[in-house]
Amino acid sequence: MSFPGKKNTPRVTSDKLIIKGGKIVNDDQSFYADIYMEDGTIKQIGENLIVPTGVKTVDAYGHIVIPGGIDVNTCLQATHLGMTPADDFYHGTRAALMGGTTMIIDHVVPEPGTSLLAAYDQWRDTADKRSCCDYSLHIDITRWHEGLFEELEHLIKDKGVNSFLIFMAYKDKYQSSDTQIYEMFSAMRELGAIAQVHAENGDIIEEEQKKLLDLGITGPEGHVLSHPEEVETEAVYRAITIAKQANCPLYITKVMSKPAADVIAKARKKGMVIYGEPIAASLGTDGSHYWSKNWAKAAAFVMSPPLSPDTSTPEYLSSLLSCGDLQVTASAHCTFTTAQKAVGKDNFTLIPEGTNGIEERMSIVWDKAVATGKMDENDFVAVTSTNAAKIFNLYPRKGRIAVGSDADIVIWNTKETKTFSAKSHNLTVEVNIFEGMECRGFPVAVISQGRIVLEDGNLNVTEGSGRFIPRKAYPDFVYKRIKARGRMADARGVPRGNYDGPVHDVISMTKSMSATPSTRGPSCPGKTPVGPARNLHQSGFTLSGTQMDDHIPRRTSQKIVAPPGGRSNISSLS
Amino acid sequence: MSGTGYQGKKNIPHLTSERLLIKGGRVVNDDQSLYADVYVEDGIIKQVGENLIVPGGVKVIEANGCMVIPGGIDVNTCLHKSYLGTPPVDDFYQGTKAALAGGTTMIIDHVTPQPGYSLLEAFEKWQEAADKKSCCDYSLHVDIPHWHEGVKEELEQLVQEKGINSFQVYMAYKGLFQMPDSQLYEAFSFLKELGAVVLVHAENGDLIAQEQSKILGMGITGPEGHPLSRPEELEAEAVFRAITLGNRVNCPVYITKVMSKSAADTVTSARKKGSVVFGEPITASLATDGSHYWSKNWAKAAAYVTSPPLSPDPTTPDHLHSLLACGDLQVVGSGHCGYSTSQKAIGKDNFTLIPEGTNGVEERMGFVWDKAVAMGKMDENQFVAVTSTNAAKIFNLYPRKGRIAVGSDADIVIWDPDKIKTITTKAQQSALEYNIFEGMECRGGPVYVVSQGRIVFEEGKLQVQQGTGRFISRKPFPDIAYQRIKYLSVYKTIVSRGMYDGPVYDIPATPKYITPAPSAKTSPNTHQPPPIRNLHQSNFSLSGAQIDDNIPRRSGHRIVAPPGGRSNITSLG
Repeated sequence: MSFPGKKNTPRVTSDKLIIKGGKIVNDDQSFYADIYMEDGTIKQIGENLIVPTGVKTVDAYGHIVIPGGIDVNTCLQATHLGMTPADDFYHGTRAALMGGTTMIIDHVVPEPGTSLLAAYDQWRDTADKRSCCDYSLHIDITRWHEGLFEELEHLIKDKGVNSFLIFMAYKDKYQSSDTQIYEMFSAMRELGAIAQVHAENGDIIEEEQKKLLDLGITGPEGHVLSHPEEVETEAVYRAITIAKQANCPLYITKVMSKPAADVIAKARKKGMVIYGEPIAASLGTDGSHYWSKNWAKAAAFVMSPPLSPDTSTPEYLSSLLSCGDLQVTASAHCTFTTAQKAVGKDNFTLIPEGTNGIEERMSIVWDKAVATGKMDENDFVAVTSTNAAKIFNLYPRKGRIAVGSDADIVIWNTKETKTFSAKSHNLTVEVNIFEGMECRGFPVAVISQGRIVLEDGNLNVTEGSGRFIPRKAYPDFVYKRIKARGRMADARGVPRGNYDGPVHDVISMTKSMSATPSTRGPSCPGKTPVGPARNLHQSGFTLSGTQMDDHIPRRTSQKIVAPPGGRSNISSLS
Repeated sequence: MSGTGYQGKKNIPHLTSERLLIKGGRVVNDDQSLYADVYVEDGIIKQVGENLIVPGGVKVIEANGCMVIPGGIDVNTCLHKSYLGTPPVDDFYQGTKAALAGGTTMIIDHVTPQPGYSLLEAFEKWQEAADKKSCCDYSLHVDIPHWHEGVKEELEQLVQEKGINSFQVYMAYKGLFQMPDSQLYEAFSFLKELGAVVLVHAENGDLIAQEQSKILGMGITGPEGHPLSRPEELEAEAVFRAITLGNRVNCPVYITKVMSKSAADTVTSARKKGSVVFGEPITASLATDGSHYWSKNWAKAAAYVTSPPLSPDPTTPDHLHSLLACGDLQVVGSGHCGYSTSQKAIGKDNFTLIPEGTNGVEERMGFVWDKAVAMGKMDENQFVAVTSTNAAKIFNLYPRKGRIAVGSDADIVIWDPDKIKTITTKAQQSALEYNIFEGMECRGGPVYVVSQGRIVFEEGKLQVQQGTGRFISRKPFPDIAYQRIKYLSVYKTIVSRGMYDGPVYDIPATPKYITPAPSAKTSPNTHQPPPIRNLHQSNFSLSGAQIDDNIPRRSGHRIVAPPGGRSNITSLG
C-alpha cells in the first residue's frame, strides 16, 4: 500500500518482485514470511531472503497475502439472442483483477450448429487477444449430436479442457434428457472430466412460464415465480441420483437456494463426490428485488436459477460454505446492459439472464463469512481459490502460495471497507446489483503473472496478457475416490442351475407389450425373448459348466452375491 | 379364542333374511374402540350398541371378545392386467376370494389400457370382467398410459359419469407408459381440476433403461438383474420429482408401492413441509425384502420380481412399519398381481421380460397386525386406519366403507389378534403355485368375514359366489385430499410499475434458432417487442384496471410483499 515506486510502468523490466512484511495465508496455514518472485513464478518464501539488488519491493505490512482468487464461472463471451455481453474478456478480467481474482474459467457456449471445437477456437481467439489475466475454459454441451464424444475426447486430451456443463433447463434449447445426462456422465467418468450441471427442471419451468404469461404477469417477478426453488432442488436431486448411478463426480453450478444447498450437503454426507458452487449474487443479495417498482432494477437481477426471495438465503449459504458443505465460490458474471435486458420488457422470458459479481465476489465472501466469524482466513482462501484449483486440476500451480507456484498473489486489507456502486465499478454495465453495499475486506495490491496490476487503487493491465491455462483430466482431488469405487462396484450375476420348468407360451402380440423395453440393450440379442414354441432344452448356459461370468475372478468379499440378511423363508416350490 | 362359539349351520351361502347380529365383540374404528353389538340387515349396518332390540330368527355371530373391525380395503391390485396377451392366473375370482380369506372386503383394481387404446373401452372391459367374477365389492383406478389431448375428454367422462376418481401415471417403463415431466405437469393440472387423486408409479424410467442395458451387457440375465437395474435411489428420485410437480401444480399426489426406506423418507419430509402427499407401502415391502432375488432357485427369485423392486436392505420392512405407525405413510395396498411360474419364465433368459408382480392380497392385513400391532408399533385403531379407513377417505368411499357405523356397508371382519397362521402355498386361496411369504408365521387373522351383510368366511372356510361383487362408484374431490388444496391455492399478482421507457437493444436479424425457452404457445405476438420501438406500448391496456382485479385481496398475501424487502440499489446509473 505504501509502495513509493513509479506507477506508470506497466511491466517492471526485471519482472522481479519481493513482498515483504505480510502474513501469508494458504488454505492450510498462515505464517509470516516474505515472498520473492521472478519471471511470473514464486521463487523463494521465507524470512531474510537473499535477493538480487534492484528488486521492486511491495510492502504488505498489516495485510494478509493470499493466493489470487479463481473465479470458475463467468460468461464473458456467450451471446444471448445475438447480443454480446456488456462485459467482454477485457472488461471482465479487468474487473476481476480489481476484486482480487487473478484467474477465471469462462464458459464456452457453442451456438447451435457449431461444433464444440469451433466454439472453443473462437473463445481462445478472443480471450487470447482481450484477457488481462490467466484464464481457462469450460465447455457447455448445448446440443446432442453425432461425434460429440469424439469431440469431448479430443478436447480433453489435446485442448486442455477438463470440465463440461450440461443443462437440465432451457427446454427445447439446451436441455438434455435424463438418458443423455446419464450417457454424458458415463463419458465424463471414462475420460476423467468434471461434469457440471445447470440444475433446474426445464419442463416445469416452461409450464410455469406459460401459466404466468397467461395470468398476465410479464414483468421480472415472473422470472422468479416461474423458477421456484423447488424446481432447482428437484433437478439437483435428480442430477445427484444420475451421477450416483454413473459413478461420476458432480459439480453443481450456481447454488441459489437453501433447499438446493441442503440436498447437496445431504448427498455429501452419504458419501457422494459432489461439489456445490454458490455465487456472489446468492451470497450477497436476495430475490426480493424482483418485485422492485423500477423495471430496470428488477431486470438486472434476472438470472437462472434466480435469487431466492427468502432473505435468509445468503446467510445460510455462507454457513454451508464455512462448514465445507459447499466448496467453491464463483460469480457467474454475465452482464447485459439495461437496453439489452429491455428486450424482455413485455415478456420476462426474453430478458437476457445474468448478473455482475466478478469484481465483488471475494469481498462479499470476506464480509459475509470471515468478518462475521463463520470462517477463518484459511477457509476464505480455500473457498475463493484453492478448492477451485484442486477440483479443476490447477493445483498447486494456482491456488497456493508456494515455491514454484504461479505468482498470482493478492495483498488483502482485512479491516477497511469499500462500497460497491455502479458509479465506481470497473464494468461497462450501468447497474450493479450490489449497489450501496458496504463490504469489509478488499485487495490493496494484486499481482498477476508476477506483475503488479493493482496498487493504490490504480489498475495497470495489459490487454491480451492473459494466458490460457490447460487443465489435465483426472484431478486427484475428485477422482481418487471415484477410481476406487469403480473397482468395487462391479455387479455380479448369480450362478444358478438353469430353469427347466414350463415356460408360458407367448401369444403373437408380443411387440405391443414388452415390459420395460430394453431397446438400448445391445446385449440382449434375438435369442433372449422366448419363442412361441417351447423348448425345454433351451437354456442360458450354452456349455455345461461354463458360465457367463467365468472370466471374472471371484472375490471373497463380494457385495452382491451375498445379499444382505440372506434370510430365506421359502424353502421349496411346489 | 378363535371363534369356536358359533354353532349354527354352515352350508347356507345366503341367509334368506340377510339379518345378522354380531355379539360380544369390541368394535374397533380408526378413532376409538368400544364394546358393542352390531346388527346388520340388507347389507347395511342398522344398529350399533348394547342390548339391541332385534327381530327374532336373526343369525348370531358370537365374537367372543374378538375385535370387530371394518373390512379391509386393498387399493392396489392388478387382477386383469395381461402380460404379453396372457392374463394373470389370479383373476377377479381368485383374487377376491383370496382377499376375503384375508379379511379384505373391497379392492380397487388398476385398469391398464395399452398405449393408444381408449381408456373408456378398457374401463368397460375391466368392469365387465369384474362384474362377472368378483366376489367382493370393487372399484377401479384407471392408468393413463399416454398423455394427449384426446385423453382429457375420456378422463372427464370417467370422473363425471363412471365414478372413477383416481388415475395412475407412470414415471417408469420407458417407451411404453412413461411420461416426461411436461406431460406429467399437464396431467397433474388437468386431474386436479377434475378433483381426482393422482397415483404415481415413481421410478426414473430413463435411468432404468440405461441400467438394464448395462447389466444385460455384463451378462447378468437372472432376476438379480431386476433390483440391480432399479436401485432404490431411482425410486426416491422419482418420488421427489413427483412431489415437486405436485407442489407446483398444487395437486395431491399418491405414491403407489413405496418399497424402500429412502422413498418413504422422501414422502415423510415432504409431508413435514406441508405437501399433500400420500404413500402406500405394500404387503411385500412390509413383510419381506429383496435378498431373495439372489436365490439360487430361479423360480423363487423370479417370484419376487415387482416394480419398484423389494429393497435388498433387510431393515426396510421395519422402517416402513414405523413410518406407517406414525402416520407418515397412510395406506397399505398389496400390489397383488399373480403370474404363474411358467409366465414368469418368459423372462428366464432376460430379466427385463419377467412379468412383474407379487402376491399379497390375502396376507396384507395379517402382516400389518403381526409386524406392527403385535410388535407394539401401532394400536388397533391405527391398524384399522391403515388397512381400511385411510384408503376409504382418500378414495372417497368414507363413511360407506372403512367404518363400523349405522348406515355404513356391512363389510365387517371379526379379527382374532392371537390366531397364528403359517403361510403356505397349499393353504392359500390364490391360484399361484408359489407364495413369496412361504413358511412365514403370522399372528392375527380373520375368524369371520362379512361382506355385503353375508358371512363369506368362517372358521377357515370360504363361501363366496362369483359375481356378487358390486362396482362402487366414487365421487371426485375427496375431502382428505382436496380440502387443503382448496386453501393452498395461491393467486399470483402482478407488480404494477410504470412502463420501462429506456432504450431497448435491437436484436440482430438471426435470432430464430436461439429463441429462449420457447413460450411460443402462450406468448402471442403482442408480447414480442416489435422491431420498431413503441414507447407507448404497455402491458396495461386500461390504466387502473388490472388482470387480477377480480381476485379479492387478502391481507396475508405471500407474493405482493416480498420477504425482507431490503433494497440496496437506490439509483440507476
